Amino acid sequence: MASLTIRNLRKSFGVVEVLKGVDLEANTGEFIALVGPSGCGKSTLLAMIAGLETVTSGEIYIGDRLVNSVQPKDRDIAMVFQSYALYPTMSVKENMAFGMESRGVPKAEQEKTIARVAALLQIEPFLKRKPGQLSGGQRQRVAMGRALVRDPALFLFDEPLSNLDAKLRVDMRTEIKKLHQRIGKTTIYVTHDQVEAMTLASRIAVMHQGEVQQFADPDTVYNRPANTFVAGFMGSPSMNFIDAEITSTGGGAPAVNFPLSGGGVASLPLHNGVADRAQSKKVILGIRPEHLSRQSASNSGKQGFATMSALVEVVEPTGAETMAVLKFGDREVVGRFSPDEAPKTGENMPLAVDMTRACLFDPATTRLI
Amino acid sequence: MADAVLGATVVEDREAAVASRRRLISRIVIYGLLGLISVVYIVPLLVVVLNSFRTNAEIGAMGLISLPQSFRLDAWPQAWSDFCIGGQCNGVARYFWNSVAMVVPATIISTALGAINGYILSKWKFPGSEIVFGCMLLGVFMPGQIALLPWAFLLGKLGLANSVYGLVLVHCIQGLSFTTLFFRNYYVSIPDDLLKAARIDGAGFWRIFWKIMIPLSPPIIIVTVIWQFTGIWNEYLFGVVLNSGSNQPITSALVALSMSGTTVRTYDVMSAAVLIGALPPLLVYFFGGKYFVRGLTQGAIK
Repeated sequence: MASLTIRNLRKSFGVVEVLKGVDLEANTGEFIALVGPSGCGKSTLLAMIAGLETVTSGEIYIGDRLVNSVQPKDRDIAMVFQSYALYPTMSVKENMAFGMESRGVPKAEQEKTIARVAALLQIEPFLKRKPGQLSGGQRQRVAMGRALVRDPALFLFDEPLSNLDAKLRVDMRTEIKKLHQRIGKTTIYVTHDQVEAMTLASRIAVMHQGEVQQFADPDTVYNRPANTFVAGFMGSPSMNFIDAEITSTGGGAPAVNFPLSGGGVASLPLHNGVADRAQSKKVILGIRPEHLSRQSASNSGKQGFATMSALVEVVEPTGAETMAVLKFGDREVVGRFSPDEAPKTGENMPLAVDMTRACLFDPATTRLI
Repeated sequence: MADAVLGATVVEDREAAVASRRRLISRIVIYGLLGLISVVYIVPLLVVVLNSFRTNAEIGAMGLISLPQSFRLDAWPQAWSDFCIGGQCNGVARYFWNSVAMVVPATIISTALGAINGYILSKWKFPGSEIVFGCMLLGVFMPGQIALLPWAFLLGKLGLANSVYGLVLVHCIQGLSFTTLFFRNYYVSIPDDLLKAARIDGAGFWRIFWKIMIPLSPPIIIVTVIWQFTGIWNEYLFGVVLNSGSNQPITSALVALSMSGTTVRTYDVMSAAVLIGALPPLLVYFFGGKYFVRGLTQGAIK
């Protein structure tokens, strides 16, 4: 059953079209991440689901109720804001009680709900404190607590972790995941951080310029990105894009070719069927950094692996893994290697490319082939 | 080598000494100037305060500005209840209470309306709300005397001519531009997310105002109340023009002091009367001044 259905949703501010026909649905209990660069319309979309922005055209259903013109308070939603938006003059407890008071929930029930949620989030020790006396992580918890006391049909999160420092952000990410697993509420989560989207979501909607570029589970979004935008946005370092041409090798098997420095040509064999789907000979070859590895006995002869070599320009060790900038012709390509097979600067590195994971894009439409 | 280092230190010491002497001189100049200016500021007040405790004969003999030879409090009760103004010998008491009856409701009403206006113009913007705000801002720059004749006409029509209630109405409206500006600018810095959260929490226009905006407002309320209280209390043009006789506020009545030129000038009683008229705003500044400065410089809570 769908908790949220969005059909052909549009939003314009004057002549500026911010959302250009968005379709989306969230099944009950699902965790949907809306991810995209700033200005892609994801926060506007969330505000429209919450009822804080008006709908220009299209439909929003929560459950099976059309809520286009329903007030935020009557939509059965709860929202966590990036700025937390805790009421500064009220104690933590009063913050959590405010919504229930507005709705006329009996005092005894309020107390019970607050006690339950406070225990769940472990915020009992500071129920009497004001938000100003709390750390960022504690405020974040309180903001979630204020949403949780509502027991709504839909949870909305608007970049809730962006104001936390890196370490705390990772901890809170895990907590949000745990929390979702425990309470199982449908959640719409806006973030610009693709790692948050990948780790938390059951499905990800990647947005760009007011359109949903791809709406799929994390695995599909990462491994079969719908277009070059999604491919480049998801994953860090980004996928490498190389202009290439489809040819057939001597045996008739297809391959992609691209020029290398010094006049040579790299020819990497393609796996079955991909070449037939291509509209033209010209394609964009997309290779993720981790699909490059040092040639070895174990991978050089392996099915689907192509071999080539490339000049190493820069090496960037991070401890757990080492990034290297390689020269593919006049193009720079980033590879991600384990430290024990990491190259040295200036080395002409023999590479094995996992072509089974490579993506081909149509240069005209930028879509996945 | 060691000599060179030593030489350098000596030079540095000499430079440091010159710099510190220069700093000392500049300090003396600054404090001297500040002291001088405060004396210029405080002397008139001092003269009036001292004269209110001197006898009129002494003032006549020694001049207006001189140190007191005697000390007596007689001038104060005289000024309060017996002193003759405009042919009536009831002191300034009645005018003082007129001022109180004018300033208290006018301050409360204009501050409250300013808070609501500011709340709407910052947080519930509607098409054209910026234009409304722009028009209200004009009132800040418009001199009060421009409105004198219209007010006289309007109060006459309303049956409020020559009444304290009329002045309450005038000051409420004249002050609205300022109070709206104060609250609007303060509320603009309160994050919109707070209101969005409250709306999702089920709070409406008034609940958000009372439960979220007002609890955040004490600094700007204090600023506005002090501003309005002193402004309305000290204002006399409307009082003089729109009201007459026993309905005037104290500032307007004090103007009549200088006009009762037939009798000998009683500088002692006049001084006391002037001080009685000046006391309420002085007290407000005295007790609220630090909140005033704090409120003006304080931003909203993040």
